[in-house]
Order: sequence, then structure tokens, then C-alpha cells
Amino acid sequence: MKDSIRNALQAAQAAPDMQQRFEQLRQRPSLLEVKGLHKYFQTNNGALLALKDINISVQRRELVCVIGASGCGKSTLSRIIAGLEPYDSGQVLLDGQPVTDVGADRGMVFQGYTLFPWRTVKQNVMFGPQMRGQNTIEAERAALQWLELIGLQKFADHYPHQLSGGMKQRVAIARALVNEPRMLLMDEPFGALDPHTRQKMQQHLLEIWRNIDITIVFVTHDMDEAILLADRIIVLKPHPGQLQEIIDVPLPRPRYPEMLSEPTFRVIKDYLNALIHGDEESHEVDPDLELIPHIPRMTRVDDNVE
Amino acid sequence: MAGVARILTRKQSLGLGVASFLLPILIWCAVSYLQFVWHPQVMITDAGDVSYFQVDSRTERATFAAEVANMQQAGLAVPQGEPINPVYLPAPHEVATAFVTSFTTPPLQKDAPWLHESLLHSVKLVFWSFFLASLIGVPLGVLCGSSVIVSRLTEPFVEFFRYLPAPAFGALAVAILGIYDAPKVAIIVIGTLFQQILIIANTTRKVDLGLLEAAATLGANRWQRLKNVIIPAILPDVYRDQRILLGWAWTYLIVAELVGASSGITWFITQQARYQNFDQVYAAILMIGLIGLITDVLLAKLGKRLFRWNAGHSK
Repeated sequence: MKDSIRNALQAAQAAPDMQQRFEQLRQRPSLLEVKGLHKYFQTNNGALLALKDINISVQRRELVCVIGASGCGKSTLSRIIAGLEPYDSGQVLLDGQPVTDVGADRGMVFQGYTLFPWRTVKQNVMFGPQMRGQNTIEAERAALQWLELIGLQKFADHYPHQLSGGMKQRVAIARALVNEPRMLLMDEPFGALDPHTRQKMQQHLLEIWRNIDITIVFVTHDMDEAILLADRIIVLKPHPGQLQEIIDVPLPRPRYPEMLSEPTFRVIKDYLNALIHGDEESHEVDPDLELIPHIPRMTRVDDNVE
Repeated sequence: MAGVARILTRKQSLGLGVASFLLPILIWCAVSYLQFVWHPQVMITDAGDVSYFQVDSRTERATFAAEVANMQQAGLAVPQGEPINPVYLPAPHEVATAFVTSFTTPPLQKDAPWLHESLLHSVKLVFWSFFLASLIGVPLGVLCGSSVIVSRLTEPFVEFFRYLPAPAFGALAVAILGIYDAPKVAIIVIGTLFQQILIIANTTRKVDLGLLEAAATLGANRWQRLKNVIIPAILPDVYRDQRILLGWAWTYLIVAELVGASSGITWFITQQARYQNFDQVYAAILMIGLIGLITDVLLAKLGKRLFRWNAGHSK
């Protein structure tokens, strides 16, 4: 990596107000500890190392983004924390207690919405409380409260197929939060949304996070999204998935979409880009891109489009 | 212009549906009423001097033509007759008449059931057998589809058993269960149940894994996921499967009713066929078809009402 890119980021991080902010974050108690985590996938060609020696810690009320090229295991990591995926060695501790199974203390929002299509919006949000043994009246009260908070009370009696993608994802977030989990895991939640809706949802999520006692681990492959949302960005690299770097994001809060054009934002993005995709000097090419062939000219010589 | 999937208006769709019935009926009418189409036999109206001809009996067209030529040569009275179809192909109006009169005609033997009694017996037999099969098949199918252990423990045997033709168990069923309705129920159940388990299991396996994972992260345990996610998620598809399987049960009905003491609509059909009342036979077959079609249409309508939430991807 070019020294200039690294120096620019370090300069941004060294600003006194940023240093103060990072220090404040570090003071908070740690909520999630991942230590020496290894994960293998069984394939036809034997065991494939998916995650190698992952060590991270997330502080309470922190918003951490996990980013990396495809195949780096970022989704797998979030699924392991959720308890949806077993792991082979190492430890995952939530409040010091080992994570062994899925549990309502870790909510999860998936890219595919995963709303129950036979339940109305309200009934979807009621699902968690009902499963934990609340009666219908209590569950309904809790659901309506959360729907109001998230601005969807008007749609309480709609079925999921009547909602837009952004609204579905808001319902999914409300459905996870009604359980009052310690931690919210989000696996590329806005990946299927159009850019405009996506930007709205990012602001919406920041608003929720600001006002609700929740710690968020947010998996994305979008660098802008990661920078805009995160206190810290965990960068993974693929083959096998391992920790590349953890970046303190030197941007003040609150964050706005307009920040995308600020110089500091540019500096962070250049740095992330260099980390994830390598810079020009490095000739390491993504194996997927290596397969793109040179296409022979099949049009008339004078039929130019560029 | 038309895309890959052509979209029909309600009217067009209904029209084509009616046409799908009209076309075969029109062909049937053509064969029955147009004398130059087929009509391989001659109904004798006047025997002439042919010694073995009898009025109101049938003969082959070639035989009739030969006898006409013979009589002309011999200078005797020529036989008269008109072209007619074989006795096993009655004309539409005959079948339509039989459809009505078969209900109003008393049975040939005094203690034999009327047609509507025979029909009701068959309908009851199908529905009870199907109910019994579903009582075992649906829960077992759902369990197979949601648990690998149950699946491995059940499906290999079911897979083997479903290749055994149900009628092959006829004699055995009679030996064990007697000659009345019990062996018939057994045959319909055997014919339906094993397919049912596999079909329902496959439907259950198609549940979106994402929904189950979401439910798990919301605190639902295994049992709660079965009850609150798998079952509601598959209900529309299970309902559709059941509609198809009910048709399956009907196809086993005729075989089942032949086992032991023949009964129901099958008894009626075999009786009428014995007396060569083929118009009645066709009418009875039509009745089975109509009952099947009407129940299916009603069930489809009911399904649409029951599973409104599925509107997003209903076919």
C-alpha cells in the first residue's frame, strides 16, 4: 500500500477530537469477545478453512461493521455469533458467557427479509414475545409500541407481500428489537434495496441505534455503508477468512449522507479500497476476475461506440 | 406484445376452459350424428329375404353390402337398414337421457341399491379412505420433511412400498378384512398413503430455511418452529397436494370396489355393461368425472379464501 494513503488515514485519526472519541469508546465494557475462532466447512474435497484465528471484541453500544471481499467469511462470522453455525475451535463470549446455540439475546436481520408471509406486520413483530411465552395481549402491546417507534403502525395489518423492500426490512428490524436483544446482528440487510431506499435505511438505522440500548454488528460489502455507519470497521481477507485490520473510523457523529463527499471520507475509503482490493502495485488479482476473457471484436470496424 | 408468459383475461381464460370441454364433445357429436363418419355397422330395419337377418339387429357394413348384392342378383327382396355406430359408442343425447333416467329407473333386482345410493356409497368410500390416509400420511410426511432422522427411518421403506401396486393387495385384503367395505378402504389407503407421505415430505422440505433461522434467532425452539413456522408455511402447498392426492384416491376407487363384494358406482357400471346398457355406463363414468371436477373447483376456491396471505406467489 502507498504510504500516502496510510499516512492520510493516520492523520485523520490523530485529530484530537477523534482521539478523544476513540478513547471514550474503549472505556465502555466489552460485550462480545471472539477469541481464536476457527471454522471449517466440510466440502467434497475435504475440510475447507473458512475462518482462521479470528480475534475481535465489541464494546457495549458500539456499531461495528464487518467488511471484506467475497469469500472472506463475513457472513459466516455473523452467523456463528448468532449461533446459527457451529465452529471448530476458539471461543465466542457474550457478556463472558460462551455462545453455544441460537438465542433471543442476539437478534438477527437477514438480507432476504425473512418475514413470515402468513403473519401480518403486527403478528410478525409479535412472534418473538409469543415464543418467549407472553400472552397475545402483552405481545400485541409490545409489537404496536415497536411499530409506532419505527413508524409503521399504519401498516400493522398489512401482509408482507404488500410492503416494499425497505418497509419489509424495517419490520424485520422491529421484529428483532422487540425481543430486546443484547446485540443486533445484521447480515447485508440493505443489500437488496435500491440506492435511495438504502440511504434512507442507513439513516433510519443510525437513528434507532442512537436511541435504543443496542449493540450492532453489521456485515456489508459496501465500503460507503461501512464508513458511514461504523465506529470501527473490521476488515477480513479471504482464502482463508482472517482478520486483516480493524479501523477506527475518524468521522464525527452524527453522520449524514452528505459526508460521502467530505475529504476525510475519501481518505478512509481510499484506505479501505487499498486494503480490500489491493493497490496498483500489487498484482494479486481476484481469482474471479482472472477468468474474464479478452473479447474479440465482432462488430464492423467502423461501428464504434466509444 | 406477448411476453414469455402469456397473460389471459378472465374472460379468455373462462372461454378456453369451456372450449376444452366443447372440443371433445363436438368430436363425439360428429362421430355420432354424421353418418359418413365411421358408422361401421348397419341397423337392420327390414330383413328382406335374407334368412338370418333380424329387424333391430346389427350387422357389419361389409356383410350387409354383400347380402344386398346377393339378393339383387337372386331377384329377391333387398334388406333395408341404416348405418350405425357399435353398441359401445352411444350418441351424446342417449347418454344425456341415460344420465337423467338412470336416477329415475328403479334397480333391476328388488333389493339392489338405486343409482344415487350407489354413488353416495362410492363418494363416502373415497372420502373416508382419503381421510384415513391423510390422518397418517400428512403428519408423517411433515415429520419426515422436518426431521432427518424420521426421514431416514421411514422414507426408504415407503419408497419401496409405493411401487407395489395397490390392487395386488386385493386378495390379501379380502382374506384379512372380509368382503365388504373394509378391504376397499384398505386398497384406497394403500394406494394413496405412500405417495402422500413422500409428497408431503418433499413439500415440507421446501420451507425457506431463512424463515426457520429467523424464527430461531427470535427464540423459537425446535417444537415451536415446527408449530409456528413449518406448518403455517407449508399449509397452502399441502392443501394443493391434498387436492391432487384426492384425485389419486378416486382412481383407486374402481379397483377397490371390484374387490370382494362389488359395490357402489362400480357395481352399477358392471351391471349395466352386462346388459349392454352402454349409455348408462357412460353416464356413470361422467358422474364420477363431474363429482371429481366439482369438488376440485370448490376446494380451489376455498383454498384461495383460506390462504389470502399467499396472494404474492399463488399460481
